[in-house]
Amino acid sequence: MSTKRGVEVSIAAADAAKLARVEVIAAYPITPQTHIVEHLSEIVANGELDALYVNVESEHSAMSACCGASAAGARTFTSTSSQGMELMHEILFIASGLRLPIVMAAVNRALSAPLSIWGDHSDVMAARDTGWIMLFCENGQEVVDSTIMAFKIAEDRRVLLPVMVNLDGFSLSHVIEPIEFPSQEEVDKFLPPYNPLYTLHPDKPVTMGAYGMPELYTEAKYAQEMAIRQSKDAIIEIMDDFGKRFGRYYKPVETYNTDNTDTVFIALGSINENIKTAIDELKKEGKELGLISLRLFRPFPEEELAFALKGKKKVAVIERVMPGGAANGPLFNEFSALAQARGLKIQLENYILGLGGRDVNPEEFLEIFENMSSPKKETKKNEKNYIVIGVRA
Amino acid sequence: MAKPMEEYKWHELNVGCVIEEVGNAMEYKTGDWRSSKPVWNDDKCVKCGLCWLFCPDAAVYQKDNGLYTTNLDYCKGCGICAHECKPGAITMVEEER
Amino acid sequence: MIKYFMKGLERYIEHPEIEFATSGHRACQGCAEILALRLALKVFGKDTVLAMATGCMEIISTPLPTTSWRLPWIHVAFENAAAVASGIESGLKILMNKGKIAQKDIHVVAIAGDGGTSDIGLQSLSGALERGHKFTYICVDNEAYMNTGIQRSSSTPYGAMTTTSPPGKKSIGQSTQKKNMPKIAAAHNIPYVATACPSYAYDLFAKIKKASMVNGPSYIHILSVCPTGWRIPSDQAIRYGRLAVQTGVFPLYEVENGKYRITHNPETLKPVSEYIQGQGRFRHLTDDIVAKIQERVDKDWEELKFLCSAK
Repeated sequence: MSTKRGVEVSIAAADAAKLARVEVIAAYPITPQTHIVEHLSEIVANGELDALYVNVESEHSAMSACCGASAAGARTFTSTSSQGMELMHEILFIASGLRLPIVMAAVNRALSAPLSIWGDHSDVMAARDTGWIMLFCENGQEVVDSTIMAFKIAEDRRVLLPVMVNLDGFSLSHVIEPIEFPSQEEVDKFLPPYNPLYTLHPDKPVTMGAYGMPELYTEAKYAQEMAIRQSKDAIIEIMDDFGKRFGRYYKPVETYNTDNTDTVFIALGSINENIKTAIDELKKEGKELGLISLRLFRPFPEEELAFALKGKKKVAVIERVMPGGAANGPLFNEFSALAQARGLKIQLENYILGLGGRDVNPEEFLEIFENMSSPKKETKKNEKNYIVIGVRA
Repeated sequence: MAKPMEEYKWHELNVGCVIEEVGNAMEYKTGDWRSSKPVWNDDKCVKCGLCWLFCPDAAVYQKDNGLYTTNLDYCKGCGICAHECKPGAITMVEEER
Repeated sequence: MIKYFMKGLERYIEHPEIEFATSGHRACQGCAEILALRLALKVFGKDTVLAMATGCMEIISTPLPTTSWRLPWIHVAFENAAAVASGIESGLKILMNKGKIAQKDIHVVAIAGDGGTSDIGLQSLSGALERGHKFTYICVDNEAYMNTGIQRSSSTPYGAMTTTSPPGKKSIGQSTQKKNMPKIAAAHNIPYVATACPSYAYDLFAKIKKASMVNGPSYIHILSVCPTGWRIPSDQAIRYGRLAVQTGVFPLYEVENGKYRITHNPETLKPVSEYIQGQGRFRHLTDDIVAKIQERVDKDWEELKFLCSAK
């Protein structure tokens, strides 16, 4: 029987890993992920979780040790944020290239410089093309459910790829929410023990991580790319199965109030709840705004997005990372490409907000909506393709 | 049997490019790297085994009669065996090409 | 089938005829590094898992789709052999604890070059040693970044020529002394640290055997003579390894639970000039540089003897 309780989302994430019966955790503390690893250490120490917690000396070693443990056949979990994710960056590519089903809870935090311990998406966006499957969570329930699903997705023989479960630092990781935890028996039925395709064991020796000459590298990467593209089918199937067993259905792309309007926002993560509040506010005033919430970011769910965008005219792509010199933010670029490729006649606008933990309240979303409906005629000298909401100029 | 690299289609590679045929590097015959090869004088050989011990390529092997020789498929002709042979039973002889 | 074996091999090696590092690898002619591994792996035996760093040994042995290794083997990156080995050791341990795989003594061995150990790999090595994993770390030291074309590392000896420490009007070659990795490993208070050289094969066997039986971390530093990088003829690797030991440039010793013991003790050391002579990488050295080297070798040798005498 599942139990519902009020708990900090970080603790919930750790408890989800416990329900998934993780076997090796190799992690390095970094704000705001610390509560996850602290709780995991605690439950390993008191015997609640039969696992080994490896106190590695850096995030680079954390991901390296995870590669070793996963290759040896253990179910492996880690967590990091921001600078830690950057430090392990080279190993992220290797984990996906070696097709190791590691699960990582990424507590999204802004990147230095300047140093910021608060949440935004700069860390995960910098890692978006590392070949990891990526899920985004809006609330604590989704964090728990996504973590449990993540293991099933990662270890599925059709997938065999590492999975990153993203949750916003502080605004999601450190809040207390009512969360329903499935029972251990129910999770065991959903998630059987890890049965690796290859392991490092003397009974059947293999070589993992050989190097590819130009004659073979392309084929090796093509195989990996096809794997992440085709993983979407397994992901949808597993989300469906989860829904049947636990009553909460998830989809790669979710929509809110998009039927009645041709004006939508697209966003990732916990700000979606604020956007939904704004949508409800607007409804009271008789105005309609929709939200397309991207749950599955990698592999990029083109079909589902194209379907959700059908008939939509005005789309605000909202993101929490600076373009770093690109013409637009990374999400906008992906949606532009999608619109172009599918011949979607939509007017895309790019809004950047919530950087470095800056609060975004429903009023600001109402402002964006007003701007979209009746844009001010501005011809500033340094015309950009995006608007940074709330920057004091 | 590993195919030549250029003959692999992408779907023929194992997941994660894992190599299951351990030791299949033996299909690559390093013997043609040689410019000289070791030749044993069986009369001088005392069967000490140092040539076998010190061969980086595991090419030197012991024959059934206890004397030693090298596998010319792999011998790179480095000359370590000849240099280390205490009784001087091994001479490096230039390869004819 | 080998019938008559070298005397005493069976003390260390269960199946001397088995090659875990097969022929067909692309190491240079006369490479003593692959020889060191070939010999070490015979002692570990088949119940071994290798975590190797990027470097000569990884490159010469695993060009897709072939591999020279007959043992389970993984390569992840350059600086993390020790971290990967930590993960493997933990993974195998928990799987055995949970009864998912059979209880078995499986040796976990991390192998990296001097670059991947004393430079970029130092952090992950230190972490793994401190955490006390049951594994053996082997540093195969050819005294430079040989795989990428002979660039210097912190293990390159004083005065040596490398492409990034070239001698010239303003340089004598490597201007710093070789980093003492065994000392750093011993400072972690691990059960077993040793230096070894394939030129002294039985000494190497004994040390690998000891390392394999340690219930905790062990560190073996193997001098791997590199004819290509040191500019010596391809048949000289064993000879120069021997000279390195006989001149005291690379003493053979072990530190067992903090107790130092020289395992090959030449009563008097040969002069270092005998070792330096004939190595192209030292060709440019003047007499006073050689004298400096001799001075340092003598000092280190005295210090080592002093450590051995400590109770």
